[in-house]
Amino acid sequence: MHADPAGVLTGTHFLDGDHACCEGCLAAGARFASGYPITPSTEVVERFASRIPTVGGTFIQMEDELAASICLQGAVWGGAKAFTVTSGPGFSLMMEHIGYAAMTETPCVFVNVQRGGPSTGLPTLPAQADMMQARWGSHGDYGIIAICPNSPQECFDLTIKAFNLSEQYRVPVMVMMDEVVGHMTEKVVIPSADQLDVTPRKHTHKSPADYLPYQCNGDGSLVPEMAHAGEGYKFHITGLTHDERGYPNMTVKVQDQLVRRLCAKIENAKDLVAYEAENLEGADVVVVSYGITSRVAQRAIDQARAQGLKVGKLRLIIAWPFPEKVIRELAPKVKAFVVPELNLGQMVREVERAARGAAKTIHVGHAGGGVHQPEAIVKAIVEANQ
Amino acid sequence: MQLTEIRIAGFGGQGVILSAIVIGKAASIFEGDFATMTQSFGPEARGGACSAQVILSESPVLYPYVTRPDILVVMSQEAYTKFAPELKHGGTLVIEQDLVRVGDLPSGTTVFSCPATRLAEELGKKMVLNIVMVGFYAAVTDLVKPESLRQAVADSVPPAFKELNLKAFDKGFEYGKTHAPGDAATAEESESDVKSLEVH
Repeated sequence: MHADPAGVLTGTHFLDGDHACCEGCLAAGARFASGYPITPSTEVVERFASRIPTVGGTFIQMEDELAASICLQGAVWGGAKAFTVTSGPGFSLMMEHIGYAAMTETPCVFVNVQRGGPSTGLPTLPAQADMMQARWGSHGDYGIIAICPNSPQECFDLTIKAFNLSEQYRVPVMVMMDEVVGHMTEKVVIPSADQLDVTPRKHTHKSPADYLPYQCNGDGSLVPEMAHAGEGYKFHITGLTHDERGYPNMTVKVQDQLVRRLCAKIENAKDLVAYEAENLEGADVVVVSYGITSRVAQRAIDQARAQGLKVGKLRLIIAWPFPEKVIRELAPKVKAFVVPELNLGQMVREVERAARGAAKTIHVGHAGGGVHQPEAIVKAIVEANQ
Repeated sequence: MQLTEIRIAGFGGQGVILSAIVIGKAASIFEGDFATMTQSFGPEARGGACSAQVILSESPVLYPYVTRPDILVVMSQEAYTKFAPELKHGGTLVIEQDLVRVGDLPSGTTVFSCPATRLAEELGKKMVLNIVMVGFYAAVTDLVKPESLRQAVADSVPPAFKELNLKAFDKGFEYGKTHAPGDAATAEESESDVKSLEVH
């Protein structure tokens, strides 16, 4: 369906990534946000708070990130599209409720504008060191989606995609920005509402008498249909292991069925692969990057190619689920993967694992607080090529 | 246009960020080029060091930070001391002349000076000194058309202050057109200057 024009700020703007992300939320149909301010993410909800009275919706500043991350889930079960925004320390506090959203299959979006860590770290400076936390931060097994914009325009476009995927798969989706992308100002083009596709809630068509909230429809989909509070459907939402009725059932059998489905609905999905590829054909070295580092890496790739090296580019747009098959098939055809990222070794482990020893994997780490010097990446490419 | 790196720096509260937004917006929205603006500031709301970086290009900007600015606009002595050594040889330095005393400069630097704070005070609002500087910048550089910059000013300030800001722009522009060419000073070619200002 098309976006609701009320939330779409059609036009050409000069926006920073945080503000563009907010416009993406509004265009996607988010009408509820609960948040607790933290640099460098605050501008997203600050703008939401000022825009939402004219669009129609609610912003609540909660007492902390734990409250913010569960408050929005109540709004979702009340029928709203909802999100929260945070950074490092706040993301850590939200982990329990990200797991709750995964377990209860609550479609929602968590935006993390990454800053340097651990702990309070570098509040105003960038890092990409929450990538593994986004995947594995909450306890237990579950599937998750994480998406990595590298410009304000993508903060708009991919935030809409994040909401759409959260509705399609009934899963919390992480928008993994970083301080540079969040605070960088560039041209952002927002199309008209009728040119924006938004995914509606997967609402049940069944009557209240026939509806079971966690029953898959038998149509092959692993995603059950939703009903909202107050619509006459009886349902029960719990973080405990639950059966198709939503009632606690703590048997090995139900645990096995439920948790395997929560993982499989994401890991088996065919359309959860999004990356940007260039010059992979015949490449000796492929640079795998994401977020702001992909732009720095592009400069390095251009410099290395100018020296005559056969360098390809693979930019992860959806980082989780990891595009394992792409790396696995590429690995025997290349000498090496070079993985620059603003952390001391996170997504590189996935690349290495997926490559299964068929190609070298070279990490170009950076502890955060700035971006790489392109020359450091060029140096790694040259070494990888030997 | 060729890739051009601009740094604007001063105190928090002088409107450093807004002046960078105006330049970026003029280039990317009103002239169809590409502009990337980034900023850095301390935790203070006012008075701390504040710096914004704008990169203009005819193709998409990849690396978001300024490495050797072609143009440096400074509105405080601290900003001058910190950033002048970064200026590209043959670059352009634009200063708030009452707030910045110029010392040794890289060879071939062209300097333009404007009493932006005083000119803003003549308009009754010291706070528009940033837009006076943008007007002055428009007069002494030719990267972005003055009309585009003026339009970007109108588009970037609250409606109630639009007229005041356009006056500020015009005042800075006028000052630049009448005073700057005569005032422009080019640092002498000097081996020792270059050495002493080498960036480490």
